[in-house]
Amino acid sequence: MPLPWRTARLVGRADETATARTLVLDAPGWPGHLAGQHVDIRLTADDGYQAARSYSLGAPADGTRLELGVEPVTGGEVSPYLADDLPVGASVEVRGPLGNWFVWRPEQEEPVLLVAGGSGVVPLMAMVRAHRQAASTSAFQLIHSVRGEADLWYREELGRPDPALDVRFLYTRKAPPGSTRPAGRLTAADLEPALKRLTPAGTVYVCGPTGFVETAADLLTSAGQDPATIRTERFG
Amino acid sequence: MSSLSPGFHGRRRSTSLTDRLPPGQYPTESFPVLSAGPTPRVPTETWTFTVTTETGEERSWTWDEMLALPQEESVHDIHCVTRWSKFDTRWRGVSLDTLLDDVETTAEYAAVHSYGGYTTNMPLEDLLDGKAWLVHTYDGYPLSPEHGGPARLLVPHLYLWKSAKWVRGLRLTPDDEPGFWETAGYHNYGDPWREQRHWGD
Ligand SMILES: Cc1cc2nc3c(=O)[nH]c(=O)nc-3n(C[C@H](O)[C@H](O)[C@H](O)COP(=O)(O)OP(=O)(O)OC[C@H]3O[C@@H](n4cnc5c(N)ncnc54)[C@H](O)[C@@H]3O)c2cc1C
Repeated sequence: MPLPWRTARLVGRADETATARTLVLDAPGWPGHLAGQHVDIRLTADDGYQAARSYSLGAPADGTRLELGVEPVTGGEVSPYLADDLPVGASVEVRGPLGNWFVWRPEQEEPVLLVAGGSGVVPLMAMVRAHRQAASTSAFQLIHSVRGEADLWYREELGRPDPALDVRFLYTRKAPPGSTRPAGRLTAADLEPALKRLTPAGTVYVCGPTGFVETAADLLTSAGQDPATIRTERFG
Repeated sequence: MSSLSPGFHGRRRSTSLTDRLPPGQYPTESFPVLSAGPTPRVPTETWTFTVTTETGEERSWTWDEMLALPQEESVHDIHCVTRWSKFDTRWRGVSLDTLLDDVETTAEYAAVHSYGGYTTNMPLEDLLDGKAWLVHTYDGYPLSPEHGGPARLLVPHLYLWKSAKWVRGLRLTPDDEPGFWETAGYHNYGDPWREQRHWGD
């Protein structure tokens, strides 16, 4: 059976950063999904013209509720519309869940390192939340690279102390006052302490823009992490 | 008022482009990178390409041997299952017809293997008759590692995940053996014009 396109209504929108938004959709008939999976979103213009793009699900399955995180790209066809123009109460079409590889399942017991660049944090956040929901005691670490403090996603939730999650923010352009690490892109030294805490059999999930994912994955393999334990998702 | 994406206009394209665009795809000028894990770095000094038949017979080429085979330049539109298409991409490499020319086989399928462990599968006939290449040059330059260099398969009539990056060989098999994405939810064949993206499509 082909996966159907379902109508999903926008029921809420919240700001994550000055540009990025969390969208909450209600998709009747939604079959559920795993943390890390994505959906295809299809938009239709009045004259029938359609455009579709992929967006990761930012939260574990919760009935027919879908949470997305959209970072609009300048000049983009779909993302600025989703982030700012789609009216609450109106609908788009969704198809999914998609992707059975970049996923975390509660049965997984090995330690996990999540490495997020910008909006790449969205599917990793679903994993963080699924991990918490399952009350899993496996070690979880998150490294979230953003330009500056104003670009932090899920700020409040990730800022809350959580014994099961170790969060580290990296600032690439502007470090907040008091930071010991100067602003700059991800380096081997940023990954080293996290890798020390990860057993060799631990899994690393890397998500973000292609340049970020390439750099992070290269640093990880150079540091001796087995490529077979590294899963990547590139947003294009 | 229709409540389906009201106010969405999108980016119209000339019909000369849309005729070349499989359903559900959009054209891109950039060259996105998609793969399941880190980019393997494969030196050409140790690179080999091996065809193994169903009886276990092997035929291998080193990098220099591969380059000594007749080379073809070809231009293709390529289509990624993540919905981007790229028109008029220019490649150089060896036709699979050349590589499979004197291979004795009655196998109907090919299991493609890559450095880094990636696999994909397709009917053997999709690799023959001028439909597939082992490419090492993109747009006049050596193929970069993130795009599958030193060499990748190019099967432009199927979704791009069939065009295995960092390819190291083919195994000819009597039975179809679904590969990496094919076992993880992607369609077993992957024809962009029939929108065969996922299981059941
Ligand atoms: C598995 C997966 C999961 C994803 N998850 C997320 C997610 O959770 N959140 C998220 O925000 N994104 C996610 N993405 C990325 C998302 O799918 C889109 O690629 C992104 O939102 C951009 O789409 P767009 O239509 O706005 O831009 P597009 O119209 O596709 O444009 C992309 C870029 O090309 C440029 N461009 C395109 N056409 C032209 C033109 N004619 N002239 C000049 N410039 C042009 C644009 O300016 C832009 O920089 C994901 C992608 C994948 C593959």
